[in-house]
Amino acid sequence: MQFEYKIKGGDFSEAGTISSKLKKILKQLNIDNKIIKKVVIALYEAEVNVIAHAYNGKVNIDIDTEKIEINIKDKGPGIENIAKAMEKGFSTATSKVREMGFGAGMGLPNIKKNSDKLDIKSKVSEGTNLKIITFLNK
Amino acid sequence: MKIKDIADILNAEIVCGFNEINREANYCFASDLMSDVLTIDKDNLLLITGLSNLQTIRTAEMSDIFAIIFARNKEITEEMKKLAEDNNMVLLKCKYSMFKTSGILYKNGINPVY
Repeated sequence: MQFEYKIKGGDFSEAGTISSKLKKILKQLNIDNKIIKKVVIALYEAEVNVIAHAYNGKVNIDIDTEKIEINIKDKGPGIENIAKAMEKGFSTATSKVREMGFGAGMGLPNIKKNSDKLDIKSKVSEGTNLKIITFLNK
Repeated sequence: MKIKDIADILNAEIVCGFNEINREANYCFASDLMSDVLTIDKDNLLLITGLSNLQTIRTAEMSDIFAIIFARNKEITEEMKKLAEDNNMVLLKCKYSMFKTSGILYKNGINPVY
């Protein structure tokens, strides 16, 4: 089962709409609630990141009997130092992002916590790719 | 404690989610930082916040939080209300500060997360 969605950078009113759709799909598929929560929180954090930092992005979701794979690809400034970005508390967020209740440097660490496998690739001035994998039968 | 009893002891207004007011909440977390709310794995969780925007409701949706108390009479927009209703969520509006709201709930046996 495959889905594709687009994200527009800067549009905070839309943050979470993809996670919300995915949550409904996973509920219909009778996936365990604990797994659903992990997956949608990771995707929601990633959506907020794209909206906060990038110009635009694309989300591809692939669900099979073994796993849920989410690829988030954005065009944007990229991450200069991924190890640093993974540290709790490190943030380059603007005051607007902070006003929304985010930007405390907790997003990427929380995505890692809520995924079984996380792969981040980034190129400065080009963009960032995130691959989040969650296994269904662990 | 049932949400309707929580509304009672806080003198809070129930803005929406009347079908859910008999549900029990055992744990509560108070924060304006949604990133922090998203790190909590607890069921039947109640959120007290002073942050009133659409992302507050979205955060609750993703975290399976079914009731939010907005402290200090923070404005709840129609858009927020609609999103909350779509997700069977109760929104309460309370004139007390986050500190006083938390204190009353703690005294009445609602558990902290940490």
